[in-house]
Amino acid sequence: MNLTHLEKLESESIHIIREVASEFENPVMLYSIGKDSAVMLHLALKAFAPSKLPFKLLHVDTTWKFREMIKFRDDIASEYNLDLLVHINEEGVKNNIGPISHGSKLHTDVMKTQALKQALDKYKFDAAFGGARRDEEKSRAKERVFSFRDQQHHWDPKNQRPELWNLYNTKIAKGENVRVFPLSNWTEIDVWQYIYQEKINIVPLYFAKERPVIKRDDLLLMVDDKRLDVKDHEKIENRMVRFRTLGCYPLTGAIESKAKSVEEIIIELLESKNSEREGRAIDKDQIGSMEKKKQEGYF
Amino acid sequence: MDLEKFFQHQNNKKQVKILTCGSVDDGKSTLLGRLLYDSQNVFVDQIDQAKIESEKYGTQGKDIDLALLIDGLQAEREQGITIDVAYRFFETSKCKFIVADTPGHEQYTRNMATGASNSDVAIILIDAQKGVLEQTKRHSFIVNLLGIQHVVVAINKMDLVNYDENIFHKIVTEYKELIKNFHFISTNYIPLSALKGDNVFSTFENTKWYTGPSLIETLENIQIEEEDFNNSFSMPVQWVNRSSSDFRGYAGTISSGKISKGDVITTPSSNSQTSIKNIYGPNGELDEAFTNQAVTLTLQDELDISRGDIILTQDNKKILKVDQFAAHLVWMDQDSMLPERNYIFRFNNTFINGQITDLVHSININSYEEIATKKLNLNDIAYCKIALNKMHSIAPYKNNHQLGSFVIIDPYNNKTIGAGMIDHALRRSTNISWHEMSINKNTRSKLNGQQPCVIWFTGLSGSGKSTIANILEQKLHTMNKRTYLLDGDNVRHGLNKDLGFTDTDRVENIRRVAEVSKLMVDAGLITLVSFISPFRSERKMAKDLLQEGEFFEVFVSTSLEECEKRDPKGLYKKARSGELKNFTGIDSTYEIPENADLVLDTKTNNAEELADQIINFLESKKII
Repeated sequence: MNLTHLEKLESESIHIIREVASEFENPVMLYSIGKDSAVMLHLALKAFAPSKLPFKLLHVDTTWKFREMIKFRDDIASEYNLDLLVHINEEGVKNNIGPISHGSKLHTDVMKTQALKQALDKYKFDAAFGGARRDEEKSRAKERVFSFRDQQHHWDPKNQRPELWNLYNTKIAKGENVRVFPLSNWTEIDVWQYIYQEKINIVPLYFAKERPVIKRDDLLLMVDDKRLDVKDHEKIENRMVRFRTLGCYPLTGAIESKAKSVEEIIIELLESKNSEREGRAIDKDQIGSMEKKKQEGYF
Repeated sequence: MDLEKFFQHQNNKKQVKILTCGSVDDGKSTLLGRLLYDSQNVFVDQIDQAKIESEKYGTQGKDIDLALLIDGLQAEREQGITIDVAYRFFETSKCKFIVADTPGHEQYTRNMATGASNSDVAIILIDAQKGVLEQTKRHSFIVNLLGIQHVVVAINKMDLVNYDENIFHKIVTEYKELIKNFHFISTNYIPLSALKGDNVFSTFENTKWYTGPSLIETLENIQIEEEDFNNSFSMPVQWVNRSSSDFRGYAGTISSGKISKGDVITTPSSNSQTSIKNIYGPNGELDEAFTNQAVTLTLQDELDISRGDIILTQDNKKILKVDQFAAHLVWMDQDSMLPERNYIFRFNNTFINGQITDLVHSININSYEEIATKKLNLNDIAYCKIALNKMHSIAPYKNNHQLGSFVIIDPYNNKTIGAGMIDHALRRSTNISWHEMSINKNTRSKLNGQQPCVIWFTGLSGSGKSTIANILEQKLHTMNKRTYLLDGDNVRHGLNKDLGFTDTDRVENIRRVAEVSKLMVDAGLITLVSFISPFRSERKMAKDLLQEGEFFEVFVSTSLEECEKRDPKGLYKKARSGELKNFTGIDSTYEIPENADLVLDTKTNNAEELADQIINFLESKKII
């Protein structure tokens, strides 16, 4: 019997997740609450069933996530009895760093990149799972499944370890760490198909609903709380929208959509002509910007 | 749209993993961009961005440069080259393709081997204007070495040779000759133009003389060798699942064959056997499971099994537990491979230290000649014999890619420095076992009233190692301690007189001395070793041979200028004049110790005082 495409991907990911649990002393799963994290968590639960996950989950909270994301995160943690750590860059909070006042670049750097480094240093994690896929962005396409980071958490794209077969090099020195991407070979459509097939719970923000939005810099932004600071000329409208990716709400553009179920999302996706990261303001700051962020330690 | 049907169809799509190989200007990125673009796997905003970048970096004038959809990293985009392995995804109505895109430069052979290790099919690009190049030979060799069985030869840029049929046939003939000794199951040849899209998705009328399928049709129709189910079952144990006292499962990915509930299983070294109680797949209990599936097995009776073990059925005769084997190697690091140096070998489910004991020959991948050699450099390919410090279950690569492959890791910096494919097991060592003597190290050291150890002096020639070691030995002797001094020059007159001063010989020189010093410690002696021992790796190897607290590294830190000024034997002068080759510090490296137990400064103290420092040190460590 031959395995189907999804079954092959599923087994490959489970193998990667088990390998980390076997070889690292203190791994953690970065849980971003998005659909890819949901799939990654689902695979991890399968990898170790009937045992509990042999590692903790970590959410780096920028304090600007959609409220529904935070609620979903806490619901999932209690439903599956997960050890969930939440880390916030308190230094950033003290200085009132935010995406509106300081721009996406500084906000992402302080509240996400720096916060992640703080958390990894604080808990001394030696391996961190991430839900990134190689089809998301051109520079991701070149990243290894086990991606080595030096003591400053930097990624050196020219100095990556060759990765042959499924023989991952898990050896690191003290203070160094590895980012592990079990979904490397999945595409966006694979992820949705798997969510559909496995009936995986995802944040309702992915589904279309009437939501209060404003138009700002070509992005449709949802008015999730008062901090969005709606200007007089910006009109709040209720529109049928959904989100293709989830991040900080003032940086994540909604798309107009009628897709209210996973099935409808898949149909929409197949007919759509815009790629997934399009809704994110941070990628287009400058050409090659994702690569720069990653070299600095962004996930 | 009927979604159930749609997903059924999606699920029935074959997964095909492709490796693309070509040289710098064969138009590989353009072909990949074409495949993505024509299969409509590129989104509008990605095309828009490629258009913006085409104006900045593009090579196609006002047209969109399809290669820019592909080349990922900024640096390489500016240079117009691909520098690493990148993975691409596209699908057609029949297949889901995962493409490993690898560069064609000579210095990046390692990336090609990396891409090839996870591919089913190789597309070999040949520029119709240039024909079969050395790189074509090299790529084909690696593809064959890594066991890829299906090759598609894409003869590109046909538009630039006026779609000339003769040029196409000449290249086909030449390529057939090239691969006559390889083990490809299928080889297809397609004339195409990636730039124009001719014969990529549909056949093209400018090549009417070509009646075969387009590139995509060819890829869709290749019958990828599915796992041979007559192959016996094996599964490396990856993780032991103990969820409660009554659940003990063995998790792993099946590496060959098929397993059913009730099948009798064993492990390669064990005489006991039991049967499969339950199989848990990703979706719960299964009656049977197959190659590449990640499962958890429970057994009727408990066997002593942990990570590193292999579960197999008894009919599995190809898997042997040994500590020596022969293999093909691809060397992937700037630092050369030296025989007898200590490396970490990463197998499917375990890491074991070991050495490459014999370098049988290296292979010139341009002429396919076998060449005698003493070391391997970056991108070299060779046939070797390897000895592990521990027994491990292996299978020949051709029978089992999972159990027949390994990567090599540098124990110093943890880099992945090589990859290997096992040819066959060597069973010669299994008959020799270490004799346990009734008088041992402990009884001898009790009688001697001392703690045996090695004091390992390292430093440049003329740094003062032997002088200090000599005074130290005299001092220990007057204290009634039993000692022996192994001196570099003296040992080279006897035990090591067959060795010269190349890096390879230096490694062997130190290996022998380390082994001798280990025997001397076993004999209960305080052993002084005075050798330049320039490489960290060998000093670590010597240390690893001994137990904790038995090895002390003493770095005699005289500077090169100072040694050269002293030049007691006139050697530096000879080395500088070129009369003496491979002299440490001049044309051979000295790697300064990073964590020496003791660093001696010959500028501030004389030899007598330094020897006293060592005495104090040994007292503090309760050796004397």
